[in-house]
Amino acid sequence: MKILYFAWLRQKTGIDSENVVVPEDVSDVASLIEWLKERNEKFADALSDFGSIRVAVNQEFAELNAPVGQGDEVAIFPPMTGG
Amino acid sequence: MVVKVQAEDFDVGEELAALTEGNWAIGGMSSFVGLVRDLGGANALKAMTLEHYPGMTEKMLRAIEAEANERWPLEASLIVHRYGRLEPGDRIVLVATASAHRQAAFDSCAFLIDWLKTKAPFWKLEETDNLGERWVEAKQSDDQAADRWNRHDREAAE
Repeated sequence: MKILYFAWLRQKTGIDSENVVVPEDVSDVASLIEWLKERNEKFADALSDFGSIRVAVNQEFAELNAPVGQGDEVAIFPPMTGG
Repeated sequence: MVVKVQAEDFDVGEELAALTEGNWAIGGMSSFVGLVRDLGGANALKAMTLEHYPGMTEKMLRAIEAEANERWPLEASLIVHRYGRLEPGDRIVLVATASAHRQAAFDSCAFLIDWLKTKAPFWKLEETDNLGERWVEAKQSDDQAADRWNRHDREAAE
């Protein structure tokens, strides 16, 4: 799975893009985030508040219960501030 | 329908002229230009850096533009959005819509900029002398501005 981080999520995790192999019990966005939070303190801090992060799966906005799998591109970012 | 995501500046006159060239069915065009704002004071802005999600940005802008073309009878439409480091007074975004009649052009132009602000994956990092770097937080007023087009949708369906 490819995971991208943007804006302050990129800064807090220290990573802009990575390829990871996720365990089998990671089946949706919520379980992916829980798994990422267990990696280290930086991730636990960056992902501590579900309300302040947004997720896209294969470049489409996704809810916490959206399914994710090994071949997906997942992006994690704050609410958008374009325009 | 045209979408451009670029670091370089754009010439508003050239972009608008190119959009309507050769199409005599167009009776009016509406445009909006977003600029880097500095309200001055203690936290005067030095610069603003726009980050985006290459690939998804273009996809979302095309989807938003397609939605505008579904809702209004447009002859032409354009979104140009910049990324990278910009300074106060710099142009950030240009939205333009053209139609046979003015109301469709006005309304669809407002719709595009309202939706773009909450649905296109861009993030702004502000640089100020006093506060250093700070990510701009999403505004509730922007969500409300985008939502009014959903209400309009529901009313139309009823």
